[in-house]
Amino acid sequence: MTSWLDKLTGRKPASANQAKERLKLVLIHDRTDLSEQALNSMKNELLAVISRYIDIDPQAVRINVAQDGREQRLVADIPIRPNTPRRR
Amino acid sequence: MAATVVTISSGKGGVGKTTTTANLAVALANGGLKVVCIDGDIGLRNLDVVLGLENRIVYDLVDVVEGRCRLRQAMIRDKRLPELYLIPAAQTRDKSAVTPSDMVRLVDELRGEFDFILIDSPAGIERGFRNAIAPADVVVVVTNPEVSAVRDADRIIGLVEAEEKGPARLVINRMNPGMVKRGDMMDAEDVLELLAIELIGVVPEDENVVVSTNRGQPVALDPKSRAGKAFTNIARRLRGEQVPFLDLDEKSDLFSKLSRMLRPGGD
Repeated sequence: MTSWLDKLTGRKPASANQAKERLKLVLIHDRTDLSEQALNSMKNELLAVISRYIDIDPQAVRINVAQDGREQRLVADIPIRPNTPRRR
Repeated sequence: MAATVVTISSGKGGVGKTTTTANLAVALANGGLKVVCIDGDIGLRNLDVVLGLENRIVYDLVDVVEGRCRLRQAMIRDKRLPELYLIPAAQTRDKSAVTPSDMVRLVDELRGEFDFILIDSPAGIERGFRNAIAPADVVVVVTNPEVSAVRDADRIIGLVEAEEKGPARLVINRMNPGMVKRGDMMDAEDVLELLAIELIGVVPEDENVVVSTNRGQPVALDPKSRAGKAFTNIARRLRGEQVPFLDLDEKSDLFSKLSRMLRPGGD
């Protein structure tokens, strides 16, 4: 969120915003006891299971932990590929 | 009389727990209430020096718990105010000298006689912290607008919830309005968005705090100091009053005013 004044003077983005963005991630991991690696392997396993039942595009999948007040929720957005007739 | 027991905690050390405890105690007592504050930091006591009562200690919290004196004998009366008392921590013992149930018992003995019982928690999340929150009705979490203090505050807020002492209330201490203006310090809104609990006060960084601590006279006794005013407002909110938050930008310099005018919606 750099202002036009900052852009004009070529200043670095304000450190307060960096602090806030970094803290957002740190707090999610602290609160859930879920590391970035664990989250990734969970994503991969979920995708593997879902792909067994429906056709999905792994590139379009979004699975993230989001903050909602003091609660964390796992939010998944998994677009399903159109049901193209398959050959038997 | 049934006291409200308020524990002041933070997780991280050095954010201003003891300063907050001392000033809330002074402000509440100044408002005519009967107040006792308990130093929960056994082995690293400091509430006595911040209040300027260090020369009057005879007995301490551990002496009471171990039966060497009666509770009354360990209570030091602050002569500057009609009804303010301190129960100091022991300096030569450690946190394990007291248990959470000792604290509950001791505080229950005081409840009938006071309006407010304030407990200054030590830093950390171990025994000293457990002791301090065991008898609490309300937990006030003190933080500073910086990453390590906010992270630790979040941890404490979670532990307070787990102990069913929540929701904790937040004090943001050492706010520097100039740095906020420059975008180099998170403002109260940023911190609140991250921690998602009720704000009970924002205290500006104020050199008067160091000066008053040097003298052993809490800044809440100085009606001209901005930090003192902020602490007094927090004390009033603890009493249930609706008090508007101070405008910390009162003294903002010409440059920041100009840059605000040049930057529509940039704040």
